[in-house]
Amino acid sequence: MRAVGIILAGGKNERMGELTKFRATSALPVGGCYRAIDFPLSNMTNSGINKVAIITQHNSRSLHDHLSSPKWWDLGSKQGGMFVFSPYQTGENSMWFRGTADCIYQNLTYLRRSNEPYVVISSGDCVYKMDYNEMIAYHERKNADITVAYRQVPDNDDIRQYGVIEIDAAGRITDLEEKPLEPQSDLASLGVYVISRPLLIELIETIVNEGRYDLVRDLLSRYRKRLRIYGYRFDGYWRNLGNIHSYFDCNMDFLRREVRNDFIVQHPYVKTKPKDEPPAKYNSHAHVTNCIVGSGAILNGSAYRSVIFRKVYTGENSTVTDSILMEGTYVGNNCVIEYAILDKDVILHNGARIIGTIENPIVITKGQEVRL
Amino acid sequence: MRKKEMIAMLLAGGQGSRLGVLTSGQAKPAVPFGGKYRIIDFAMSNCVNSGVDTVGVLTQYQPLKLNQHLGIGTPWDLDRRNGGVTVLAPHMKTDDGAWYMGTADAIYQNLDFIDQYNPEYVLILGGDHIYKMDYSRMLTFHKQNKCDVSVAALTVPWEEASRFGVMNIHDDSRIYEFEEKPPNPKSNFVNMGIYIFRWDLLRDALERDKKIHPDSDFGKHVLPMLLNEGKRMFAYPFSGYWKDVGTIDSYWAANMDLIQTVPDFNLYENFDKIYTDSDHQPPLYTGSNSEVKSSIIAEGCEVLGKVFNSILGPEVIIEEGAVVRDSILMENCYVGKNTIIDRCIIDTDCTIGDDVQIGVGENTPNSYKPGIYDTGITVIGELSTIPDKIQIGKNCVIYGKTKPEDYADLRLESGNSIVKKLNANGVRA
Repeated sequence: MRAVGIILAGGKNERMGELTKFRATSALPVGGCYRAIDFPLSNMTNSGINKVAIITQHNSRSLHDHLSSPKWWDLGSKQGGMFVFSPYQTGENSMWFRGTADCIYQNLTYLRRSNEPYVVISSGDCVYKMDYNEMIAYHERKNADITVAYRQVPDNDDIRQYGVIEIDAAGRITDLEEKPLEPQSDLASLGVYVISRPLLIELIETIVNEGRYDLVRDLLSRYRKRLRIYGYRFDGYWRNLGNIHSYFDCNMDFLRREVRNDFIVQHPYVKTKPKDEPPAKYNSHAHVTNCIVGSGAILNGSAYRSVIFRKVYTGENSTVTDSILMEGTYVGNNCVIEYAILDKDVILHNGARIIGTIENPIVITKGQEVRL
Repeated sequence: MRKKEMIAMLLAGGQGSRLGVLTSGQAKPAVPFGGKYRIIDFAMSNCVNSGVDTVGVLTQYQPLKLNQHLGIGTPWDLDRRNGGVTVLAPHMKTDDGAWYMGTADAIYQNLDFIDQYNPEYVLILGGDHIYKMDYSRMLTFHKQNKCDVSVAALTVPWEEASRFGVMNIHDDSRIYEFEEKPPNPKSNFVNMGIYIFRWDLLRDALERDKKIHPDSDFGKHVLPMLLNEGKRMFAYPFSGYWKDVGTIDSYWAANMDLIQTVPDFNLYENFDKIYTDSDHQPPLYTGSNSEVKSSIIAEGCEVLGKVFNSILGPEVIIEEGAVVRDSILMENCYVGKNTIIDRCIIDTDCTIGDDVQIGVGENTPNSYKPGIYDTGITVIGELSTIPDKIQIGKNCVIYGKTKPEDYADLRLESGNSIVKKLNANGVRA
């Protein structure tokens, strides 16, 4: 095996509001039955990487629950496997991970005990499908020290929320700025990196010993002239779950055939923890069009242009439009839901109405009960 | 091996010939059921939900799909260090070797497997019924009554009792007589084929009976022998949903039970779930012009047409304008544009073209196997293809990759069959 993986899944995201109050961004439910981390994690195993570390910190319970067993991602093996690293106390100190570089530093043994030549690093809250082998091949072709995956950001997306890179004609990254006020290009880093394992160990030790803890600012940006850092262009589907809008849009994207083809129909498949739910049940008055529906759902009412997760129940005469209903949501009779995100296990009593707008989808917190 | 109090032996080697082409490529326990399950999942899940963590599965007829499905038992959490699932196929021994000749003979040939666990009790199960049952309660009953053998018994309506193996019991549930399909039943307690034996007693009985009957069978030989010897045999009363799915009609009806608004057999409870092998389980999609009513739809389906009163297995595609009614479509089937399907069972991996009609015309029984296909249901075997614009009647059988020239006038009248032979490439074409 040529690479080990690291998935950075510990970050805190303030712009997700209630959705990340009790869960890590990487544990956000996506596309009817997945969690965000299933995408990078499946990319790892589908690329033949059989040793993957997942670094967790903020609201890690939700993620640890999902990652209960490595076998669902074919990582339940004696060679390699899945390593979940959370902050811990030692004899000398007890501290949290102080940044994306520090969290790797505090688990450097994982890298030292590996023999693979490369490390693939990905963030845990991006929805995309990538064969890392192609990126590693590009990295070798360019004889790069570090390779950073990037994409061209479309006009309707605000580039200022990403790490913006500039590259020269040979593909070498000349500048890299995190969330710039005045972006100098329309190319955004995806937070996916390939680097040689010994070099990563050396760089991480150097910068952390200088009191620098951030992978982008203190390593990529600071070393951009000293090291050969190359950009690897990625043109496939990609979404960062950065705020409620991108979360809403990402889920709605699954109603598009090309997105379903990419993630659901085309091999290799996205793997997730199985839940053993029976098939979805459409009862005699159900009217459900342009929706994706997870297993175990029982549908009695109408639903249009919506993403319905596992085990959702909708009552007679209820109408769900342009909404996301997460696992275990119960919608009573005669309810109306428009432009809303109902978090897990929300209960809507008969006749309840939740009407949001496309600009401002309403979020109902996990487990909340809503009455008429 | 560590000692186990009770292990289960699951008989899964039968063909189930009355299911016609559905069991030509797989044993009956491997036949898909209820969209995403296989028939064996019910007995397997019952074992796990009852705390039985060691299951020997006896296979014989067409075991490939069954073996793949069972794997190392992961779907049922039976991938264990000690116990778990073990597939027991007929095998050669130093001086002889034979197929399993009967249900008891199959257990007899695996005495050493059971001995490894040195159990107190052995649970004998079939792999071909749809039900939920807590075997641990049956074990408690077995112990309380100090049974040598306990036999699970279902109460059926009196008029149906003569179709089953009937058990006549005393007031304390002790069995004094077995009657196979009696014309005038004395009881409506019928044998479900689920037994708990004391292992020492069963071991001895199997060895003795094998000397008399090479095709040693529980119902025909072992149970009557033990009854004659005055052993304590009790009927354990079971109440609840229990369906035999041995014929095309009963298989179809038991599937249809699942689509009632509140089904008699509820798979949607949070306890005593039924587990199955679902490695790839994306959500399903119903399109903008679709209509789905009174149906259950498994993972990964794309429904662009209309589906009524039907069961779709995983990853079925129903194209625009197609209508599926009162039918069962198994995994990975494709139904082309404007095709209309009525009362049809379509096995896995079939491709139905555009503008096809299935289930039209008179209800004429099948001329080739009238006893099997006679209730109006047309059955299409696995990996079959039906070209565009074909009209197919009722009680038809199609098995293989058919071409337009296989049909007279692009039609197959009710009661007719097209069953292709396997060619040199292993394809029915």
